[in-house]
Amino acid sequence: MTQTTPLIEARGLIKSYRGRRIIDQLDLTVNHGETLVILGASGSGKSTLLRCLTGLERPDAGSVHIQGVDIFADDQEAIASLRCRMGMAFQGGALFESMTLAENINLPLSEFTRLPVSTRQIITRIKLGMVGLEDAMDLFPSQISGGMRKRAALARALALDPEMLFFDEPSAGLDPVASAGLDLLILQLKEVFQVTLVMVTHELASAFSIADRLALMHEGRFLVVGSTADVKKSKDPIVRRFLERIPAKALEGSNFYQRFTESAGDSRAVPEVNNE
Amino acid sequence: MVSQFIRGVGHNSLGLLAEAGGVWQLAVASVDCLFVGPFHGDRIRIRPTILLIVKAGYNSLSLSSLIALLAGMIMALQSAQQLGEVGAISLMPNLVASSIIRELAPLLTAIIVAGRFGSAIAAELGTMKVSQEIDALTVMGIHPISFLVVPRLLALAISLPCLVIFSDLVGIFGGLMIAVGVLKLGATGYMISTFDALQLQDVATGLVKSLIFAVIIGLISCRQGLKTQGGAEQVGRATTASVVHSIILIIAADLFVTAIFYLKG
Repeated sequence: MTQTTPLIEARGLIKSYRGRRIIDQLDLTVNHGETLVILGASGSGKSTLLRCLTGLERPDAGSVHIQGVDIFADDQEAIASLRCRMGMAFQGGALFESMTLAENINLPLSEFTRLPVSTRQIITRIKLGMVGLEDAMDLFPSQISGGMRKRAALARALALDPEMLFFDEPSAGLDPVASAGLDLLILQLKEVFQVTLVMVTHELASAFSIADRLALMHEGRFLVVGSTADVKKSKDPIVRRFLERIPAKALEGSNFYQRFTESAGDSRAVPEVNNE
Repeated sequence: MVSQFIRGVGHNSLGLLAEAGGVWQLAVASVDCLFVGPFHGDRIRIRPTILLIVKAGYNSLSLSSLIALLAGMIMALQSAQQLGEVGAISLMPNLVASSIIRELAPLLTAIIVAGRFGSAIAAELGTMKVSQEIDALTVMGIHPISFLVVPRLLALAISLPCLVIFSDLVGIFGGLMIAVGVLKLGATGYMISTFDALQLQDVATGLVKSLIFAVIIGLISCRQGLKTQGGAEQVGRATTASVVHSIILIIAADLFVTAIFYLKG
């Protein structure tokens, strides 16, 4: 496979839940070594897209190829081999609560390598050291903070030295300092390992500090895909509203009251709202 | 009113069919992981299985023994009263042993294990599902059924028959306690009558039942855990459903197996 072929290629992705289209005819390519950040408001479909890209969610239509392998095909051996080259850090960490941090990192090593225990222990220590958690290796996930969980999840994702990393909202729920620290860590790891990154977030600061290329999602479609400069220059009103953090127009009191009473089956007349 | 009732029956029947389909799929996937997987490089996880055997078996031992002891004592008292009226008290050891070994020990032990271990499986897998731990396994390339379901099924299939054998012995001992302590019968005579009355088929019936009950508990609990969506409330529902569904199916399977052994003579 040549380096000019996209590492990840999604074509015509469609995904609906209960009749509501979450992803609407999306095409996406991610090149080797690139960092693609998928931005979007809550409910825009970005996490579902990430789940489709990682094979966790089967789309209703369309295909996803990673290194030329169709991840929804029946070639389980090719998919299994591909998964060893993928790492994913979930929004809440998704660490195994019954295992210590060291056991969490050791799990993929023990499953997919024939390394002796002592070597696996050294690798585990190195990986946890990379994210600054060497001293916490014997703690359980429930004993550490949210920021530490995210870093531990990152260490687990890096356990097998993957070629591509997927992040689901890495900064969500973190304070600004911890969030900036995690961004810096991701950038350093990217530089060291030369991995391809696909990150989903709604944090503008994180997105602009990490991305080589940004894709802004709205109602299951990309409004703009391009470099950070391209996105900043976009004239699309929804993109502008998202970048400039302009809230959607607030509901007027009378409208809200009307919706509320209608949904409760109340046919009373809507009282006038005194706005003074 | 009638159409609402019919709609309700239809809706519940479809739900039941979907559930049965889900359990069947899980059973097929588990058999595939257990018997075909090792030929394709997948391995059976011995260490977690042993830990789960301890959890399922050893930790339920005291409770299942207590229940078996009480059941044996109750059976002895009830049968002594009935048999005494027709002057056939000598048949009491026979009756106690066969009802304990064929019926009560497997059934009561399975219900205890469904309540203790089955509910724990559903809660654990349900929590793992809602906290995306199962997604994390999938992304890593670790098959959740091979990693989570197969060790639990194996642990149940090994520990439940062992628990049932122990319950058989404790149940017979419970009958002996009543025979000697209350009815003033001889202990040696009681034990000789018990062993004379027992046939290999009695023990086989109990063990076959326990194996079937183990598979039912394992599949239902894992299915309930793995299909959990949402949050803590759904985990609670999955836990309750795993116990309720397991007990219903255990009793239904008990009737089925008993009928087969009865027809075979």
